[in-house]
Amino acid sequence: MVEEVVTVDMPVSEKIVIRKNRIMSAKLSDDAKRLSIVTGIHGDELDGQYICYELNRRIKEHVELLNGIVDIYPAVNPLGIESCTRGMPMFDLDMNRVFPGMENGATAEYLASKIVNDIIGSDMCVDLHSSNIFIKEVPQVRVFDQFKDKLMPYAELMNADFIWEYRINTVLEATLANSLNHLGVPTLVIEMGVGNKVERRYGDQIIEGIFNLMIELGMWKADKTTVRKPMISSEGSITVIHARVTGLFMAAFDDGILKKVEMGEHIGDIVEPLTGRLLHRVEAPCSGTVFTFREYPVVYEGAILCRIFGGGVHE
Amino acid sequence: MNKKELYTLKGFHREDFTITGYSFGSGDKAACIVGAIRGNEYQQMYICSQLIRILGELEERGQITSNNEILVVPCLNHYSVNVQKRFWAMDNSDINRRFPGIHGGDTTQNIAAELFDSIKGYSYGIQFTSFYMPGDFIPHVRMMETGHQSPSLANLFGLPYVVIRKPKPLDTTTLNYNWQMNGTCAFSIYSNCSDYIDDVSARQAVASVLRFLTRMGIIKYYNHSGYIAHVLDEDELMAVKTDTAGLYRGLKKPSDPVFRGDIIGEVIDPYEGEVINQIISPTEGIIFFAHTAPTVMENNVVYRIIRRLHE
Ligand SMILES: [Zn+2]
Repeated sequence: MVEEVVTVDMPVSEKIVIRKNRIMSAKLSDDAKRLSIVTGIHGDELDGQYICYELNRRIKEHVELLNGIVDIYPAVNPLGIESCTRGMPMFDLDMNRVFPGMENGATAEYLASKIVNDIIGSDMCVDLHSSNIFIKEVPQVRVFDQFKDKLMPYAELMNADFIWEYRINTVLEATLANSLNHLGVPTLVIEMGVGNKVERRYGDQIIEGIFNLMIELGMWKADKTTVRKPMISSEGSITVIHARVTGLFMAAFDDGILKKVEMGEHIGDIVEPLTGRLLHRVEAPCSGTVFTFREYPVVYEGAILCRIFGGGVHE
Repeated sequence: MNKKELYTLKGFHREDFTITGYSFGSGDKAACIVGAIRGNEYQQMYICSQLIRILGELEERGQITSNNEILVVPCLNHYSVNVQKRFWAMDNSDINRRFPGIHGGDTTQNIAAELFDSIKGYSYGIQFTSFYMPGDFIPHVRMMETGHQSPSLANLFGLPYVVIRKPKPLDTTTLNYNWQMNGTCAFSIYSNCSDYIDDVSARQAVASVLRFLTRMGIIKYYNHSGYIAHVLDEDELMAVKTDTAGLYRGLKKPSDPVFRGDIIGEVIDPYEGEVINQIISPTEGIIFFAHTAPTVMENNVVYRIIRRLHE
């Protein structure tokens, strides 16, 4: 059943409408659980669009297996998605910096508060993000260390390749996930792929994780599946390679994600189109597994090229 | 006057990105003044350019007090100005949300960090800045309530208002906040606009900085003593919102007095031309902020009013 969570009139003949689709089992027991799947806070992150579609489709196909309520919010920032903009296009404002919002605040804060209030009451929430257009990320769960005791058991169910325990900074306090965690709804942040694109295999991987989570929560009547055993950031070290110089980054391999590299291995070259010069040969400063890799080839000095996870790798 | 490169980033096919600073006098780091960080902060850059011109003249006439150095950075982000983007042209990141920066971080974190090295350590930091919503303000000095703020010093600019803001999470990465955390007494000056140049308001902003520098003993300059500021907490400003979306006609400007029940704006049906909503002032007071865009959404803040204040 499609419901309108909040609407706001725009100047000319149109409303901002944030919708959700609620799928319920025929019978709801007293202890029936409710899972919320949220995506599209950032308009340039589209993997969640596919995941919402496929999750809807698969649950409806076997709705007899469902026990509880699944709420799917495919577009928290609908204007951003339809204008290829990360934030809210009219304010150039990152919507994931205004939560939990304010009922009587400015438009973004008003929308945020309505969304948060609608999600409250869920037993669990999954907030789906993609990376931006510049770097590609392995499917991963991001867990703020403040909530890790509560969230890690769930994070490990998600069929992700990596779990990144984050030290929260003040700016991230105003994210949807952090606000919900504070308000008592355990919320997992999933990050994957690259901006403006759907990577179907990553989507399928995370959908397996969501079903696995539902099985664990008693919301999906099926046998437990085996999921990937993720690398966990706290069990190893993260090394970031930044561009030393401005230029065009030509990767040494097609898809760097999950590539195992040795210390000193060639990662790519930064070159100069105007003169044909090789400006910098990029080599791995350590051995490990690549979980972030440059997607957009034009780099200024300082741009992130690659992140490598070393140690604690599960084979 | 000493023109210097504070930071350079090599361009790809564009010319190199260089941040230019102008220093006046020498000795103790007395005051640092920063202009446009966003690409549409034309007024802010203009104000700084006028300050640079005048400070240059004062220096030639020996009117910078000895053992004081003033640094003015008119524009931190000409890459964005030149392509008419508000934020960093490549990745749309806001440099004024990147402080104190990260050395060896990504590009804008690195720009913020390198630049912060050049502009920190001054006794006073003054930033000309803009608001994220389109609209005009009463010119004012804004301070963040960090525990290090001093409204009595903000008063020395002689602008009519000083506003104290409780920092939200988003504010902790601004230049103003990080200056204060680093021991610089920081002020943000909101001129009435950003996207266009308003000479009257620019002259007022320039005069306010010269007045402040004079009162702090950094320059010798003879100018009008300005206002004794009205200090207010941002939360005291009353927001007036629209009920209806449409084309918008504002009827009041910043500094205008209003009375309870006054019609202060109108929303017009964008297709049929009828006035579909009148904005009524809920209070008496002085207009502090007025929305200027030609359209409004439902629940748009169109005014902020200083309640019960009289001219
Ligand atoms: Zn995101």
